[in-house]
Amino acid sequence: MAKTKKVVQLMPTDIKEELLKKYPPKVARKRAKQILINEATEAEAPPEILANVRTIPGIITMRGCTYAGCKGVIMGPTRDILNITHGPIGCGFYSWLTRRNQTDASSDGVNYMPYCFSTDMQDQDIIFGGEKKLAAAIQEAYDIFHPKGICVFATCPVGLIGDDIHAVSRKMKEKFGDCNVFAFSCEGYKGVSQSAGHHIANNQVFTNLVGENEEPKEGKYKINLLGEYNIGGDGFEIDRIFKKCGITNISTFSGNSTYDQFASAQHADLDCVMCHRSINYVADMLETKYGIPWIKVNFIGSKSTAKSLRKIAEYFGDQELIDRVEAVIAEEMPEVEAARAKVLPHTEGKTAMLFVGGSRAHHYQDLFAEMGMKTLSAGYEFAHRDDYEGRQVIPELKPDADSRNIEEIEVEADEKLYNPRKTADEFKALEEAGFEFKHYEGMNDQMDKGTLIIDDLNQYEADKLVELLKPDIFCAGIKEKFSIQKLGVPMKQLHSYDSGGPYAGFKGAINFYKEIDRLVSSKVWSYMKAPWQESPELTATFVWE
Amino acid sequence: MALLKHTPVEIKERKALTVNPAKTCQPIGAMYASLGIHGCLPHSHGSQGCCAYHRSALTRHYKEPISAATSSFTEGASVFGGHANLIQAIDNIFTVYDPEVIAVHTTCLSETIGDDLNQIFDKARKSGKVPEGKTCLGAPTPSYVGSHVTGFSNMVKAMAQLAEPSGKKTHKVNVIPGWVEPSDMGEIKRLCAMVGVDITLFPDTDGVLNAPLTGEYKMFPDGGVTIKELKKTGDALGTLALGEWCSADAARWLDAKCKVPCTVLDMPFGLAATDRFIDVLRTVAGVSVPDSVAFERGQLVDMISDMHQYFYGKRVAIWGDPDQLISMCEFLVSLDMQPVYVVTGTPGKKFEARIKEICADQPFEVKVKAKGDMFLMHQWIKNEPVDLLIGNTYGKYISRDEDIPLLRWGFPILDRQGHQYFPTVGYKGGLRLLEKILGLLLDRKDRDDPETTFELVL
Ligand code: SF4
Ligand code: SF4
Repeated sequence: MAKTKKVVQLMPTDIKEELLKKYPPKVARKRAKQILINEATEAEAPPEILANVRTIPGIITMRGCTYAGCKGVIMGPTRDILNITHGPIGCGFYSWLTRRNQTDASSDGVNYMPYCFSTDMQDQDIIFGGEKKLAAAIQEAYDIFHPKGICVFATCPVGLIGDDIHAVSRKMKEKFGDCNVFAFSCEGYKGVSQSAGHHIANNQVFTNLVGENEEPKEGKYKINLLGEYNIGGDGFEIDRIFKKCGITNISTFSGNSTYDQFASAQHADLDCVMCHRSINYVADMLETKYGIPWIKVNFIGSKSTAKSLRKIAEYFGDQELIDRVEAVIAEEMPEVEAARAKVLPHTEGKTAMLFVGGSRAHHYQDLFAEMGMKTLSAGYEFAHRDDYEGRQVIPELKPDADSRNIEEIEVEADEKLYNPRKTADEFKALEEAGFEFKHYEGMNDQMDKGTLIIDDLNQYEADKLVELLKPDIFCAGIKEKFSIQKLGVPMKQLHSYDSGGPYAGFKGAINFYKEIDRLVSSKVWSYMKAPWQESPELTATFVWE
Repeated sequence: MALLKHTPVEIKERKALTVNPAKTCQPIGAMYASLGIHGCLPHSHGSQGCCAYHRSALTRHYKEPISAATSSFTEGASVFGGHANLIQAIDNIFTVYDPEVIAVHTTCLSETIGDDLNQIFDKARKSGKVPEGKTCLGAPTPSYVGSHVTGFSNMVKAMAQLAEPSGKKTHKVNVIPGWVEPSDMGEIKRLCAMVGVDITLFPDTDGVLNAPLTGEYKMFPDGGVTIKELKKTGDALGTLALGEWCSADAARWLDAKCKVPCTVLDMPFGLAATDRFIDVLRTVAGVSVPDSVAFERGQLVDMISDMHQYFYGKRVAIWGDPDQLISMCEFLVSLDMQPVYVVTGTPGKKFEARIKEICADQPFEVKVKAKGDMFLMHQWIKNEPVDLLIGNTYGKYISRDEDIPLLRWGFPILDRQGHQYFPTVGYKGGLRLLEKILGLLLDRKDRDDPETTFELVL
């Protein structure tokens, strides 16, 4: 039984109006600026979206907090650093194994990811300060586990009572000598979303870790992969492809990562940025300090994967690598095409909506496009304007009170280690051939005219959108999953992948095709009404023969 | 290869570091309890991250939409107080979602700042932000005290505090089920009806967190205790509080303030605790227990006797919430099983004493710790293994590492379903527990027995 589709074609302006209708005027005014009807980008002044602004109290948001971005997203996937949450038990508990950070510890064996470490602050710690307890906890962690590194994360109450977690960490680091201890002031109230936490985490990793290992790394084509978190094993698949192509991935920030990877990042010759939002500033810093240029890549979708590989090969410019990449693509694509051909009859012409944290709301549109599916509406949980409109708007972004909270670090070229990877002429030649360094055009550019781009979507608007437009699939996170499904629309989690994955790279594309085919073809969505509910009025009684 | 490979056998005392907690923070308990009020939107007064975490954890456990709002504190609110945020939130919530009730709980942050919920509600009411006939209630839930269980209890107490005794007694009995599953709440209602006791169950998440899929989304499903019913709890004949940790505070408050006498019982998990529950119900109603109840009881006893040989002497490690652990340990002992390691993260000296009492005179020594963690329990297991683990999903790492079967029971269960739909309280629930335990033990036996002793009939 096919789902009944809305017959009336709604205009984007009507939909926007419908979404705003119920809000108090002040809220409606603000939300109006965060809901954008995408216009063709040829328009003289591309439309502006309000992003990275405070969440409205009382509106059921999809967002999390700075701590979640810092400890959960960025540091969570690092297996051999022992992460201690300084605070009452909750924050640490909730970020314990819930991001599906997969790792392969077979090489070095060290893996603290299945553990949750917390100072479990009690009321006396809140009243008298928790520094002593933190120092003791770091000591105990060191004594029992002897890790290479210990990271400390501040939760809301810690900031409020003013514990100096950085001083405690410095003191312990000096005391141990063989264990790097550093801290993150990532209290949840600090930013407007997780994004602030990414920033805080990245800054500290850059300051305290990157560059520490000066031993050169082997490899002809050395890159770093930035903004890839190995959810569902995405990083494993990307690494498999790199390996096949002969590309050496020095460090992934931070999926399946290790202490030493971060410490050696400066040895790479190219930085490839997956999730622009979570990490673009690290790419900039790596360039300024060490001279590593960066490019935007996307390994979600088979075409995007191929394109990104070719871009990497073009950068290095060696025929050997170029040939190798072409050979790998040629070898991988037939299987992808076969899988695609199988699902296409079920997926073509269907529609999707994507509302996920950072880049996924953009990247996954490529995968849907490969299946002939259209994205009706999309948006980010914690983006800034450049993620929608492209990097050219960055100079226009004025810091507000909330972004000023987040420390900006100044970097300069490293006296010893700075080394430009290409000559000015080489850069120029590449650029003249159309090669784009530090370029990201943003999500809006790719989306159709008239689609709705919505920043910081909330539960009310999500449910309304689904009711109005009845997409064939909706993508968001766990909190959104079941209210959407109650409406009879399949919902795919794109934060945790509903325990699926990998969806990156070639094998990942195949997995995703199958998964979406399963979801949009599942019979369950036709079971919503019982037979007697279709015609509730009894017209005759049952006659036994 | 072990997942928890860094857990050493040698146990060192830890004073400051908690590793792999057996508890979480207060607000999530308060949020769960609030969902058991009809038409209620829980609201977290603090930073939005806490609320996101609590919603995610409850969603993962119940596989249902968990709607809850937050005051979304930023730095300013953290310094100057969250009054403005909460008042704005109340306005937005009633305008956009139109709930009957907003149940606000605090977080570490708002507690540390010292925001006074009642004062803020007053202000919201005076400035017309609370529509006629709607309710705001609040509970303080500082996470640096107690655990999620404490938060649950605090919100239930806030529910009791809505009581408006009229001085005219009703024939109803208040039953506070404590933090059990929606299915358990349904089962408690069924048992009370069987015995013939007319009850007000609060909170009541049955029908809310095990709602059907219909193609329609109801932000406020049909279930839950109503505000009208809660107001009447002050006129009840009495209150039955199931679980000292989860339910007693509310019951004692009704006793002290509204003269509604209370009895605190254990949660009715297992044979003896269910017996006591039914026995009290019988006395409350002044009726004899119907045969249908005795029938169910007899079935449970029958299964225990049928399969006793497989339970006998089996060593169990169990962790979770105090009220649940107490009844479960008693049940295990009654099966001649041996709950040798018992850990809760929730503090409380009484807990250790109670478990020791339950295991006194038994042919095994029980190691019990309140304010313990799963790391310690794992170390105990490494020192001397057990046959069965009973606890939440986080135990699956120990289960795999040590090759010990795990009965998922408690909170949170992130990787299995069923707890929402099938009760483990009462006699029927006891049957389900036994079925599950037997399944695990016998599957293990079938797997491990040598070919010569592998048998068809067990
Ligand atoms: S800050 Fe407190 S209330 Fe919030 S998640 Fe952490 S422990 Fe729980
Ligand atoms: S207390 Fe703060 S850090 Fe912890 S979850 Fe809540 S918002 Fe995040």
